[in-house]
Amino acid sequence: MDRSDKTIFARPEALTDTITHYCPGCTHGIIHRLVAEALDSLGVREKALGVAPVGCSVLAYNYFNCDFLEAPHGRAPALATGFKRLRPDMIVFTYQGDGDLASIGMSEIIHSANRGEKFTTIFVNNAVYGMTGGQMAPTTLAGQITTTCPMGRNVEQTGQPIRMVELLSSLVTPAYLERVAVHTPRHILQAKRAITKAFKYQSEGRCFTLIEVLSTCPTNWGKTPEESVKWLEESLMSYYPLGCKKDPEKPELNDGTV
Amino acid sequence: MAKILMKGNEAIAEAALKAGATNYFCYPITPQTEVAEYLSRRMPEVGGVFLQGESELAVANMLFGASSTGKRVFTTSSSPGISLMQEAISYMAGAQLPVVIVNIMRGGPGLGGILPAQSDYFQATKAGGHGDYRVLVLAPSTIQEAVDLMMLAFHLADKYRNPVMMIGDGMIGQMMEPVEFPEKYKEPPLPPKTWAATGAKGRKPIIIKSLYLDPNLLEDNAWTLHDKYEQMKKEEVRFERYKVSAKNRILLVAYGTMARICQTAIDELEKKRISVGLFRPISLFPFPEKQIYQEAGKKNIGDVLVIEMSMAQMYEDVDRAVRGQKQVSFFGRTGGIVPSPEDVVEQIEKLIDKRKPKAKKKKA
Ligand SMILES: Cc1ncc(C[n+]2csc(CCOP(=O)(O)OP(=O)(O)O)c2C)c(N)n1
Ligand code: SF4
Repeated sequence: MDRSDKTIFARPEALTDTITHYCPGCTHGIIHRLVAEALDSLGVREKALGVAPVGCSVLAYNYFNCDFLEAPHGRAPALATGFKRLRPDMIVFTYQGDGDLASIGMSEIIHSANRGEKFTTIFVNNAVYGMTGGQMAPTTLAGQITTTCPMGRNVEQTGQPIRMVELLSSLVTPAYLERVAVHTPRHILQAKRAITKAFKYQSEGRCFTLIEVLSTCPTNWGKTPEESVKWLEESLMSYYPLGCKKDPEKPELNDGTV
Repeated sequence: MAKILMKGNEAIAEAALKAGATNYFCYPITPQTEVAEYLSRRMPEVGGVFLQGESELAVANMLFGASSTGKRVFTTSSSPGISLMQEAISYMAGAQLPVVIVNIMRGGPGLGGILPAQSDYFQATKAGGHGDYRVLVLAPSTIQEAVDLMMLAFHLADKYRNPVMMIGDGMIGQMMEPVEFPEKYKEPPLPPKTWAATGAKGRKPIIIKSLYLDPNLLEDNAWTLHDKYEQMKKEEVRFERYKVSAKNRILLVAYGTMARICQTAIDELEKKRISVGLFRPISLFPFPEKQIYQEAGKKNIGDVLVIEMSMAQMYEDVDRAVRGQKQVSFFGRTGGIVPSPEDVVEQIEKLIDKRKPKAKKKKA
């Protein structure tokens, strides 16, 4: 057998050598890695700026090996807008949870998308508020039990969960919108392709790009990591279909208004 | 440069450009919208960034991101808009980011009205958002001073890495006056902005944040901020005296447009042989506390009168500064009503009448 010293697996340069605080079975860590790999593959780490949200990934700045801002809850897209407008030569991304982006930060994300701000948003949808202990999010599924809807989400009173990619795809300006998942190796590869593509589009100077990633939260779902993967596949994915809703290379998706 | 006639709002905009601040984010609100309209034309000429955001909440957070680049950034707004900006102002103070915010104040609370007022004094000077922080507050009383202070504001923001707010009532924004701009704006040297996020090339990543989960580190940050505010108290107290002399019986304290009205009143009273001096704070934080203490303590001063276009807000700071040496009273109008020089004269005459020794009753 040929025993060469070739490295076949290593920490991406865009990640620091730090143990994350994420719970076992949480997929935030996988998503971090995919973002870091995308930055590395495009060779943009040294001119990248990340914006961390308020949520479980609030400490993302400790894990990424690039410059970072820590935004107020929901405002990451506004920070990214201000930064990128002054530094169009840099690669800017926000990393946001579903409470952060689809609830308190709804206005900031919609207007950033609509202005065609040239940054990338990684939107992590785990259908709950993770950091504060599993309360109902705008993305919580009908009937799903959380600490603020202990009888299950009552859609009569709280409405149906928001599909962000679909909602944003009604806007003319955004360049690229896709929903992915990271619970199986096959999905991870798809997600990596999507995330890399988003950063590539950004570096080409295209308008707003967003990747929604369906993510697990075993701790607040009250499930084991294995059960979480199953629930994500069966429940989350049936309400939040994976796929691309906007892509400059697929004009047929763009309502004829590119 | 020759003097030109300019509206306050436009002069403020031009002053920012002179100070090298070519990045502006805004949301329309009366009575300062002219700044935005003016800069929407001027920014493309100077190759700057002009962006109208979706709300003041977003605008202030855009400033947070923009300031992180190390470039000079600013916004202008009015009272309700400034309330919405408080979240980001608190974050920027915590993260030690320089930014300049202009509040052309209108009457409140709530939607209030659109006429000039000074009722955001507390909000500006006492930390309008959450947490242990202050913003440096400057208050011009003429358009020329608005121009000078606007340029200075950017310098101070950079010097202290802290938000600086310039507050003026609606008159400052709307009035037209002759102003002069320097040919080239000169300022003392500033340290390089090594804290700015410019990409982690050949260095460790820079993280700009206000989050410190370890209470010891959060307390350290609070002390760092506190030390800056103490330094401001030593180095940035600004004020002006008008006709302050040993003949004064009354000391007026007023700022901004209100101070100008007081000057006219003082001139009127002089004709009636009533000698009144005016102390005009220019920096509202740091507040000229010691100087007011000294002026009020002078033997010739019988009374201190604070006059505002708000309901006894600065009064609290003056009263605290005087420390019981003299009686401090208050006169003000608000909601967009501006006291006239005659109103001020009347108040002073009343005060003097009160102090006159009552004629003793003759014994039968
Ligand atoms: C203005 C404000 N309101 C509320 C909070 C409390 N808070 C912290 S994290 C969070 C929810 C985060 O949930 P999500 O965005 O879904 O991210 P996750 O933790 O699930 O990754 C909330 C409400 C806050 N920090 N600031
Ligand atoms: S609480 Fe949920 S989202 Fe947060 S780290 Fe744990 S598993 Fe992940």
